[in-house]
Amino acid sequence: MSTRKELLVEMYVRMITIRRFEERVAEDFQRKLIPGVVHSYIGQEAVAVGVCANLRREDRIVSNHRGHGHCIAKGADLDRMMAEIHGRKTGYCKGKGGSMHIADFSIGMLGANGIVAAGLPIAAGAAMAAQLEGGDRVAVVFFGDGACAEGEFHESLNLASIWRLPLVFVCENNHYGVNMPVREAMAVQHVAERAVAYGMPGRVVDGNDVEGVYDTSAQAVARARAGEGPSLLEFKTYRWRGHFEANTILDLRPRDEIEAWKEKCPIAALERKLVREEILSPKQLAAIDAQALARVEDSVRYALASPLPEPEDALEDVFCV
Amino acid sequence: MRSITFHQATLEALQEEFRRDHKTVHLSTDVPAPLRQEFGAARIRATPISESSFVGAATGLAGSGFRPVVNIRMATFGFVAMDQMVNQAAKITYMFGGQARFPIVYRMSVGAGNSMAAQHSINPYPMFMNVPGLKIILPSTPYDAKGLLKTAVRDDNPVMSFEHSALVDLAGEVPEEEYLIPFGEAALRRRGSDVTVVALARMAHFAMDVAEELEKEGVSMEVIDPRTLVPLDTQAIRDSVARTGRLLVVDEACRTCGAAAEIVSRVVEDEAAFARLKARPVRVCGLDVPIPFSPPMERYAVPDRKRIAAAVRDLLKR
Repeated sequence: MSTRKELLVEMYVRMITIRRFEERVAEDFQRKLIPGVVHSYIGQEAVAVGVCANLRREDRIVSNHRGHGHCIAKGADLDRMMAEIHGRKTGYCKGKGGSMHIADFSIGMLGANGIVAAGLPIAAGAAMAAQLEGGDRVAVVFFGDGACAEGEFHESLNLASIWRLPLVFVCENNHYGVNMPVREAMAVQHVAERAVAYGMPGRVVDGNDVEGVYDTSAQAVARARAGEGPSLLEFKTYRWRGHFEANTILDLRPRDEIEAWKEKCPIAALERKLVREEILSPKQLAAIDAQALARVEDSVRYALASPLPEPEDALEDVFCV
Repeated sequence: MRSITFHQATLEALQEEFRRDHKTVHLSTDVPAPLRQEFGAARIRATPISESSFVGAATGLAGSGFRPVVNIRMATFGFVAMDQMVNQAAKITYMFGGQARFPIVYRMSVGAGNSMAAQHSINPYPMFMNVPGLKIILPSTPYDAKGLLKTAVRDDNPVMSFEHSALVDLAGEVPEEEYLIPFGEAALRRRGSDVTVVALARMAHFAMDVAEELEKEGVSMEVIDPRTLVPLDTQAIRDSVARTGRLLVVDEACRTCGAAAEIVSRVVEDEAAFARLKARPVRVCGLDVPIPFSPPMERYAVPDRKRIAAAVRDLLKR
């Protein structure tokens, strides 16, 4: 297989893994096995995977509250992720963070974040670190359209641009901040139009086309590695589920709109392409899917077999010693 | 020993630490020229007036192996970046299960006395004491400022340094040779037997003046300057109160939920210290008002020597 074909298969593996992981998390949440809240990434898989396929292990990413997909795309361990989501001691954060705060610094995943847009300045710092290190590492920050109304969005774009930081701003425009339609939250049509104001390239791309995501971010990452500065990429996509899994906030989006976007499923589109171009047979696809599902099931078994933290563990890690 | 100002002492601290560790980075809107000259524009960054972005960038730098020092200038500007300090830096080590270190120093000037009005005269350190995950230093002398700031740069956690604006030009003895001051060790400024006066930042100087004045009246005042609020040297204060039987806490910050309230609580919660109390503990604090602009009102809003002396005399009557 050529490199491009290998890439497509690898991206498919990641995307289907995220989908199966998120389906299981939603299911276990409804079964009340998972405390707190979880924000599902279903429907947006092509963005995390297409972007992260351009990254090396030592590149750094900063995520947001809807972060499971970013973690898996960057290579996080499913067992430790699932254990964290279940509040277990073996989780990435020893049960102190949960779904909204998964991080794995060993793979350059600098953390999910429960505050909208707060990750952007942190990513600017990670990019500044890369710049000071003098190599060609880059940083990527994922955020939603909701973050683009926050001051930190604008401040970080400005800072990254004046300092030519090796940073890629990835806006996952899923069209709603909870139930607030982006068209009502913003006076311009595209988030990426704002790139002009900060002197950086801005691109608007179909976020459900993983190849398009990959190619566009390849350019932005290459630009960052070359020391030419940041880019703002806007990927138009859609989340299939409500803002989060709890029913305390009703999903007010039009039913037909949700169904229409499901027709544009990024995974189904990639599957069609893989079969059409004879890269994988339907049977091979099914095998990969089954494997992904098995890995997810393993992670749930690992999580449920893991101990809960001791109450007094709450006293540890307030400070590094 | 040579004498240098508080400002020079903090500059020296940074120069020494930046020479020692090339992972140190400085972020501020006003660039300190000597640092820029010696360490270059890449490490000594001039930032736009964009607190959320550069305070947040410090967290990203720290999480990526660097040691940022952020000079926010006035503490009031820090509020603009509150999310990045309180929601992010303070909690990030904990939320992520201790898997990464976040060595960050935030320097902020505080304090009334210059007719800078309500926003620019605040002492907000008590509210940060209420946020687990932040260390807080509050130096009152050039010697302490240098030694504590050096320790802060080497600490692997977010440290806030609150520096009183009225102390910047204060001169004091600072040795040429290197030294560090550990966090959590109060300074016993003056030994005494009648009353323990715990005084913070600029108030430590006022307390020393009052101690001298009252000595003429035969009053023996013990003066303790905690120097760091998180961690707080509770033991030194309790031990002192156990000796003197009387406690006065002096702080320029607002009274309600302040550092003074915390210090009093820690003393009276201790069985031994409580048992030795001869009188109820007393606080002399800033009033619960925004700091007013006009000098007569401003002077009224914060503790002065007269008010401290009156409180000591009153305590001794009990």
